This record gives sequence, C-alpha cells and structure tokens, in this order.
Amino acid sequence: MQILNIKLWREFLHMRAQVVAIAFVIVGGVSTFVMAVSALDSLRETRDEYYRQYRYADIFVRLGRAPEQVARRLREIPGVRAVETRIVAPVSMDIRGFDEPVTGLVVSLPDRGRARVNDLYLRAGRRVAPGRNDEVVISSTLARAHRLRPGDHIRVTIHGKRRRLRIVGVALSPEFIYQVRAGAMFPDEKRYGILWMSRKALGRALDMQAAFNDAVFLVHRQVNVREIITRIDLVLDRYGGLGAYARKDHASDRFLATEMAELRTMATVFPVIFLSLAVFMLNISIGRIVILQRELIGVLKANGYDNFSIGWHYSKLMLMIATLGVIGGLALGAWFGHGLSRLYMTFFHFPFLDYRLHGYVIVIVALAAWIAALLGTLHAVRRAALLPPAEAMRPEPPPRYRIGRLERLIAGSASPVTRMILRHIGRHPFKSALTVAGIAFATGIVMLSSFQRNAIDYMIDLHYRISQQDDMKVTFIEPTQRRSLYSLYGIDGVHYGEPFRVVPVRLRHAHYQYRTVIEGLPRDSRLRRILDHRLQRIDLPRKGILMTDFLAQILHLRPGQMVTVEILEGERPVRRLPLVGLVRQPIGLSAYMEIGALNRFMREGPLVSGVYLLSDRHRNLAIFRDLRDMPRVAGTVQRQTEIVNMRIIMDRLIVFFTMVTLILGIGVTFGVIYNSARIALSERGRELASMRVLGFTRREITWLLLGEFGILTLLAIPLGFVFGYGFCRIMTYNLQTELFRVPLILRDDSYAFAALVVVTGALFSAWLIARKLKHLDLIGVLKTRE
Amino acid sequence: MSTTAVIHDIHGLTKTYNMGEVQVHALRGIDMSVEEGEFIVLLGPSGSGKSTLLNIIGGLDRPSSGTLLYRGEPLNLDSDAEMTAYRRRHIGFVFQFYNLVPSLTARENVALVTDLTESAIPPEEALALVGLGDRQDHFPAQMSGGEQQRVAIARAIAKQPDVLLCDEPTGALDVDTGIRVLEAISDANARGMTTLVITHNADIARIGDRVLHLSDGRIVRDERNRQRLAPSQIRW
Repeated sequence: MQILNIKLWREFLHMRAQVVAIAFVIVGGVSTFVMAVSALDSLRETRDEYYRQYRYADIFVRLGRAPEQVARRLREIPGVRAVETRIVAPVSMDIRGFDEPVTGLVVSLPDRGRARVNDLYLRAGRRVAPGRNDEVVISSTLARAHRLRPGDHIRVTIHGKRRRLRIVGVALSPEFIYQVRAGAMFPDEKRYGILWMSRKALGRALDMQAAFNDAVFLVHRQVNVREIITRIDLVLDRYGGLGAYARKDHASDRFLATEMAELRTMATVFPVIFLSLAVFMLNISIGRIVILQRELIGVLKANGYDNFSIGWHYSKLMLMIATLGVIGGLALGAWFGHGLSRLYMTFFHFPFLDYRLHGYVIVIVALAAWIAALLGTLHAVRRAALLPPAEAMRPEPPPRYRIGRLERLIAGSASPVTRMILRHIGRHPFKSALTVAGIAFATGIVMLSSFQRNAIDYMIDLHYRISQQDDMKVTFIEPTQRRSLYSLYGIDGVHYGEPFRVVPVRLRHAHYQYRTVIEGLPRDSRLRRILDHRLQRIDLPRKGILMTDFLAQILHLRPGQMVTVEILEGERPVRRLPLVGLVRQPIGLSAYMEIGALNRFMREGPLVSGVYLLSDRHRNLAIFRDLRDMPRVAGTVQRQTEIVNMRIIMDRLIVFFTMVTLILGIGVTFGVIYNSARIALSERGRELASMRVLGFTRREITWLLLGEFGILTLLAIPLGFVFGYGFCRIMTYNLQTELFRVPLILRDDSYAFAALVVVTGALFSAWLIARKLKHLDLIGVLKTRE
Repeated sequence: MSTTAVIHDIHGLTKTYNMGEVQVHALRGIDMSVEEGEFIVLLGPSGSGKSTLLNIIGGLDRPSSGTLLYRGEPLNLDSDAEMTAYRRRHIGFVFQFYNLVPSLTARENVALVTDLTESAIPPEEALALVGLGDRQDHFPAQMSGGEQQRVAIARAIAKQPDVLLCDEPTGALDVDTGIRVLEAISDANARGMTTLVITHNADIARIGDRVLHLSDGRIVRDERNRQRLAPSQIRW
C-alpha cells in the first residue's frame, strides 16, 4: 500500500496547478463558513462574557417618577435577583470646536459602590466621586469622536439648566453596545453620547431627590420573565411606568441580535453554494484522471489489486485536495473572520474582543469538504473500480463524434478547427454543461458584491431622499402644545415646518407582539411621504393605522384586521385599531396615523412630539444655536447626517464584503476555467501534438483547445446572470430584518462587472494553458501508442 | 519427463466483443491444457485472438462462453473478488508496452506488486534477476524500452507466481534488447514458472516447449519443439 501512497503523493505534486484550482473552490466554501461562524461565535461569546461580567440587565423600565421606597417592592417581586433604580434624562452638550448640536442621555450612578446592574467598564480615569456634582464619566465613543480625556471639561444642559462638568472617566456599558439615539438606526458618535453622573447630583438637577425614573433588573435563572414584567408594570403603573421590557427588546441587544442573524444566514447560504460547486468540479477532475489512468488501473488489477484498494487510492487523492482546500479555507476564513469581528467592534462597543475559532468549526468544515470530495469522486471511482482489467488496458475506443445541429447551421463557413471545437463541445454535453455551470456560479458570486452596493444606494435613496424631504428633525423633551411651534417657525432660516407626534406602543395581534412607535403626521405630509408598494404616496387616513409591510408580516396582520395597541406612556391605555394599509419602507419598522387621529386616539389635545423643518442650509449652524437655547428641545437630527452615518457603517461593511466576494469570485472563476482547460489539455495533448506534427501552428492549436472555453465562457455569462439574480434573491430573502429589508436591485453595472471579472479570470487561465502548449512533446507522441 | 500436473484446462472458450456497431468474434471455441512448468508460445497474426486468450487465462477478461479450470478447479469468472485473488496469488503479467507507473521508480514499481503478497522476493532481488540491480532508483522515463520491459518482468516474477503471462514482450524492442528480455523470461521459466508468451514472430517460437498457432480465434496447430533453443541462439 505504501508504494501506492508514493504514487499518490508524486501525482498530487505533479498536478499541483490543478489541485490548487479545485482547492480554490473548496476554500470558497470553507472560508465563508469559517468567517461567518467564527465571527458569530466571537461576537456571541464576547457579548455573553461582557453581559455576565458587567451584569447587563434582564429587564428594563422607564417611568415618570417614583419615590425610592418603591424600589423595595420591586426587589420583593419573586424571581428578581437585583434592582438598580436610576435617573435617566436627555442631555444636550456643548463641545468646544464642534458647532452642531450634540445630544445624549445622562444616566445616574449609585453614590455608594458599583452599579448592581449595568455596571461600567472604565477605559480611562475613574468613577465619579460620591457626592461630587461637577464630575462626569463619558462614553468612549464620545471621547473618541471629540478627543476628550479625563481632566477636560464639557458644558451640558440638563433639564434646562446649564452647567460645566469635569470629565473624570471614559467608560463603556453593556447597555450601550450599539449606541443610537431613540428612533435613529445608525450610531452617530460625534453627535450622540452617554454621560454618567452621581445619583445625588442628577437628582438635584432634575428635582428628583430620593426618587427615580428608570429601573433595571437582573432575574434568577429559569424564571418567567413575562410574569415578572407584568408584576413590575403593576407596581409602577401609578408612577407613570412606560412598560417594562425584556433584554431582547432593548435596542442595543436587538441590533446585535439582528447582525448575528445575518451572520448565520451567511454561514449557511454561501458554503452550500461553494461546496456543491466543488462536488461538480471534483467529479469532472477525478473522472478525467481515471480515464487518463485507465491502463494503469488495468495493470494494478492485473497484478491483483482489488476494487476497494483502487477506489480508495483515487478517493485519497480527492481527500488530499479537499484537505488542502480545508487548510487554505481555514486560514483565509480565520483572516476574514478576524477582520469581520474587528469591523463589528467599530460599531458594537465591547471592551474586549475574544476572537474564537473553535475546534468544532474545523471538524465541521473538514467533514463537509471530505464528504463533498467523496461524493464528487464516487461515480468516477466506481467506474474505475468496475472496469474489467483487460478492457482497462485496451486504449479507449476512439470517441464517437457526430455532426451537431449547430455545426450544420454554419456548415459551409466553418474551418476544420472550428468544426473540431463544436464537435468536441457536442460530444461531451454533460461535461460542457458542468463547465458552464461552474463559470456561471462564479459570475453569480461576483454579482453578489456589486449587488450589495446597488441595493444600499437604493435603500438610502428611497428612505432618505424620496420618503424624507425635511432638512432637520427637532424633538421636544415631552409632548408639547402645538402652538409652541410658532416660536420655532420664527427662527431665521426656517422656511417651513410640519409637526409630528410619536407614541411608544406595543402592537399585538393574536400571540404576536412588537414594540415600536406610532408616528402621527399631517394628512398630506410633504416632509415625510408615506409610500405604498408601488412607491406611490399615500394620504394618511382619518381612521385606522398604517404600518410597514414587514411589521405586518411579523404580527401576521392583513389590512382590514384589527390590531391591539398598548400605549406605553401616560395612562397606558389599551385600544384596538383597524390596519388600513401597508407602507413600503426599507429601513426600520413603524406604524403611522394621521396626527389629529392619533391625538384623538390618545384622548389628548393637539400635542406634538417634535417638528420636521425645511431650512436654509447655509444658516443651519445659526439655527442649531437658536434651538440649543430652547429648553424644550431635546435634540436635533439633520437628515444629511443620518445619510452620512448610514454610509459610514455601510461602506465599511460593503468594502469588506466586496473584498471577500471578489477574492472568492475570482478564485472560483480561475479554479473552474483553469481546471477544465487543464483537463482538456491532458485529454487532447496527443491530438494537439499530432496536429502540430502535421503542420498546424501553435496559434491554431491554441485556438482549438481554448476556443472551446471561450465559447463555454460566453455561454456561461448569461446563465451566470440568472444564477447571480438567484443568489441575490436568496440573500435579500434572508436579510429581511427589523433593521433593513434589502431590496433586490441589480443594475447594468452589476452585470457588466461580473462579466468583466469572469472574462479576466478566463483570460488568465487561458494564458497559463497557452504557455503549457509551448512545451508539447511532438516526438514522444509519435513513438508510443495511445 | 515425470508425470506433470495440469495447471489450466480450457474447454469451448469463446469471446465476442461489441465494438460500437460491429461485433468482433475474438475467440471461436478454444480447447487446450497447460502443464506445470511448460513454456508455451502462442503464435499468430494480429487479430487472431492471442491476447484475448491470454487475458482470459490471466483472469483479466471474461469469456462469452466456455470453462476454465485451474488445477482442476473451475474458476468463477463472474466473481470479481475471486478473480482478483486468483491474479494476486497465481499470475504474473508482462505487457507489450511495459505499463509501468511513470511516477514510481523501478524498485517502487516492483514493490507495488510485492506489497501484495507475503511470498514475494524483495524488489531489489527481482531487479537483480533481470540484470537491473544498478537501475533501481530510476524512473521509467529515464530508462530504455528494454530496461523498462525488464522492470515489468521483475515486477511480474517478484511475487513468484505460478504462471507468467507475457503479451508480445519484445514487440516494442530491437533484436538485442528483445533477446535479453527473452532470456529473463526463460530464466523465470527455468525457475519453475509456467510461462505463456504471445508473439507473432515465428523465430521466438523456437525458445518454447510448445507452440500453439492461432488464427481467426481458433487453435489451428499445436506442436511441440523437438529442441528448445536458448534465446541467445535465435535471431530475427
């Protein structure tokens, strides 16, 4: 057996280029899987460790105001392990050298000891000293964005009062891994930050001594969280409780979970595509090796080797190739995975990242690749093993060619060489089809990369340019009388404004529920256009509610059905409304009502939560300054900044995934074409050499060999477009999250780019093969029999 | 000559090939027997069925009809496992085009076979027997045709088979080289291996004990050489 292994090893080295070509495809499958799974594991384990060490809350609740004694009743709820009562308030900041408004949240820290729930991870400096009302700890993102350090000062406005605070520490919190202002989708490190102050100091500032307006809970294991939430709501009902919610509904955790779900998609879709392609390629390759070695197989059998030994011999060759693919894939995947994890670290704020590549991942990819290799090999090896030895040692009968339909069509004009090409394609329809399929796969993979960019451009266009027409959105600290808007409209540079009312709600239908907001807008709002599925504007109805189509899907609701609305502020009434229409909106999930109808539904006067403004762009800085001085204004968001914020995150992700898909697409294109052409060369080397002897030029035989692949590549590209469309469809289907619904948008440039990459890969493979044709052995061919 | 055992007993052997659209009757009813230690030459023009007969005797091919007894026992020609074991234990092959594994050296090519049987002689010894003791680490591409053929003979005899089957062993070689190859085969026969050699060269037939003339799938003459010549005594 050892000698066969030596043969195996030498042949493996001899066919190294082909080995590499096949291994590339396996690398594709293995690396995407390793990337996604290792990034997922790293993210999950880092998160879990961080949550555990820093005691991330299981339950959250906001309320109006409750005296501190209530905390005892909360602590006594069965199943509750720890309660931390806090004061949380909006804050606006004035940072030297930065003119735009910076807003955020200020959260209290206990005056004695560390927080029992949602503890801080200090990156620099120290915690606030007990009782100091001029000290603050700031979030690391804010510190980084404005280069703030312990010892620096910032000016803040809390509850209408201005004060100057000294930064004593820079920190992270498990509560703000994904840090966005309420209602925004994307982090804005320059314009949004978190501050932590002493409970006593904040209590004084907000007139909330010995009281709290926020509580976070840890619960014991294996308790019914829903039941605890109900009890918390019961206790806090009379204190303006806004409805407790579990960790999974907390924005930070939810964003993280969404991202992990996307990684999980990637961990399944891509590897399956690549590995099935690898099965194809292994099948063709081993098939050709077996045919080329049929005499040898005959000799082995003549000498008494049994079928199993021979089958196992060739299987081992494929297993070696698969193993090479696994090793390459693990290395590339670990590199991708590490890169991806680091990328996530830029918008998910963890104090540390443990990059993990677990043993089980290696076992899975190795098994998958080996099984793929054996599957791909099965047929050919079976054929090799079953060949009667005498037959194996006879040369293969000359292949039967025939005149195909295509050839008949162009009969008169085709040169003999062209005829040979056409007959060759026609003679091996299955093999030609596999080559076409392989190249088409590669085309499709490349399309995935440009598709992402197109789709995101389209999302931004639809959401931020067609739907939204305002220049800025101003939010008030609390619902405000509509007439107070006149002072805003009077600001120099403001052209026009439209009020909005936002109400936090829990929507329920059957046993499905979802926490979101209902946004009330003027009936024919100009600054926020509500679009239907054909992208036509919808006027808000006087009765009933509209919602994002994906939200209706989550709630299993159809227009015409009733939805239960649990309002999470004020009296927290529960009422029912009919769903009257669906809204197409690629980013975020919300529900819409006409503002008057919403006010009536809330049984309140003409209250507004904020206003959308059209403004003179050149005067924006002055407008910001005026707004900052208005005590009721909690924050201002510029639409343009939201676009930029989205772009920052998306561009990082897109650049990364474009790199990944490009590397893989080019690798696979090269792998498929080189491998097929190399096989063709070994099959037809004698034929080509004979033709050279007969007087054909090198150019002519090169065309004879590679013309076939030229034709197959040209056939494959349109099919690849179909595959690419399919892959993109699978991606969009799997990337429907609460955060985005990526639309299936493929523009001409996606197709053109994919075609370009594939043609380049094909030309490169052709060049390599053409170089080999130079060294064709013309004499040897005449000496030995076939 | 003392009483000798019959190694192969063949009755009514036929073989028909389907070559695409034509049927080729390679063997049309062969009856013959092979005695232990015999050196038989199968002589006939190309297409006479020599190789087919040899392949069937060697268990490489299945006859369309007929029986084949090995040491009095019928061989189950339909059982792949049984035929594999039969080849492994009893048969050594030498082909016209050597059929060495190009990626293995001379010694490794022989070892390919000696790995399979415990009774084999070491590859080095087998190579020494065919006069290639000094070429053991050469690859096929580094050797002449005659040397390659002698490696093939070494490979065939290394496992000490009962029967040595040679299909046109000198067909691709010049006279001098061919004679050295025949000497190696004769030596093997002298060591007790029953030997069957195919040739279309009548001169070579003179080194055997017995000559079977084949034509159109039949044995047309079975003659015994009155005097067996040494390979060095013949020329063609």
